[in-house]
Amino acid sequence: MNKTTTRVAEIIINELKLEDVTPQTFDADLDLVDEVGIDSMDLATIALVLRDEYGIRIDEDDYPKLTTVRIIAEYIDNKLTSGE
Amino acid sequence: MITVSSLLDDHWYKRYKEISRLNIRSSIYDVTDHCNLRCKGCFFFSSGEHKAASEEKDVSLWHAFVEKEMARGVNLAILIGGEPTLCLDRIEAFYKRLPTFCATNGLIKVPRDRFPDMMVGISLWGDAADEKILRGKDTFQISSANYEGDAHAYYLYTITPKQLGKIEKIIEKITDVGLKVHMQLLSNDEGVDGFSWKPEELVDVRAEMDSMLDRYPRTVISSKYYHKIITTGEMLGRRFGWMECPSVTAPLDKRTPRPKRLTNFIRWASDLHTMHRCCTSETRDCSTCKDGAAHMSWVMVNKRSHIKTAEDLQNWIEVYEMFAKLYQFIPW
Ligand code: SF4
Ligand code: SF4
Repeated sequence: MNKTTTRVAEIIINELKLEDVTPQTFDADLDLVDEVGIDSMDLATIALVLRDEYGIRIDEDDYPKLTTVRIIAEYIDNKLTSGE
Repeated sequence: MITVSSLLDDHWYKRYKEISRLNIRSSIYDVTDHCNLRCKGCFFFSSGEHKAASEEKDVSLWHAFVEKEMARGVNLAILIGGEPTLCLDRIEAFYKRLPTFCATNGLIKVPRDRFPDMMVGISLWGDAADEKILRGKDTFQISSANYEGDAHAYYLYTITPKQLGKIEKIIEKITDVGLKVHMQLLSNDEGVDGFSWKPEELVDVRAEMDSMLDRYPRTVISSKYYHKIITTGEMLGRRFGWMECPSVTAPLDKRTPRPKRLTNFIRWASDLHTMHRCCTSETRDCSTCKDGAAHMSWVMVNKRSHIKTAEDLQNWIEVYEMFAKLYQFIPW
């Protein structure tokens, strides 16, 4: 897992108070809606934390495609690289 | 970490996946300050909400307002009153753009050539005797003639304590006119004598609602978990009330800690500017509130709290499905 992936997993674990999982053991390809059961309000909360941490804005229209930790991490890395 | 699929077999997992991405974002709209009835216990009139704002009469402003609501992310408009069917042009402003639900007393038939598939919820407050006491007339006679066999209408049957032991007769009447029914409980905002719930009556009504669901599964749109929650006011060891309510108007919600709640939910007055505190009356005591939609939403927004055991999660799925059926996001 790259640094962003681990950090995103850590944020999700903390924000959602997930039990019995660590950033290292979190399956980065696990579907967050179908398997972890997060909803749009959870995603909005996570998006705020990510915004503060990385200084990027996550568009609400993008929520539906942010389905795994890996995809969220790639989304962040892309935004950081493109300087958005 | 407990995952959804680890708790559910294929059948339940498929049901979960059918609703898990629906992302329903509702808001509630008072369409008018007027009604063609004056029911005792109607929160709208008893709390003075009909005077809180003066209704907007310019239809073009309703159209512009709905556009703004859509930009805010609303994808389900729940129209209440007064009596919305007194103002069909305003209803149309919503219906043309959004999945729309219209609550009505059923005295006026929504013209189906103009609103072919709009979901209509017809209020019913008990049998003919209760209706005469509380609403001044037996509305069922008129509403059932208006909506018999309508595939996009159902009864919203508000059960009163006086209905104990008599619910089946109502369900049968509704079955006979080819409609569905969803049950909720009277909150008796005006304290009409004999219409407030006693604890033992709530136990009995829960059992009766359960039995109706078992016996009329094609007519009754409900779930036993919902019956439990609405009669006990408890969910997963938590008590329903102000600090848990999901249906508080978002810009007015200053609660800390902020509970899980409906995203961007607002209940708008018919002047299109004033916001009401919540989905029901501001004067209602939250500790005795029996609002069905608020209890349903309470379950729905607390999904992850239900990802603990298979039974909890199945209960959550059933409540979400019930909501999705009542607002036509999934078929009956
Ligand atoms: S029909 Fe509905 S809005 Fe009209 S008075 Fe009765 S409860 Fe109130
Ligand atoms: S009256 Fe009922 S719906 Fe309104 S805020 Fe209180 S608990 Fe929620």
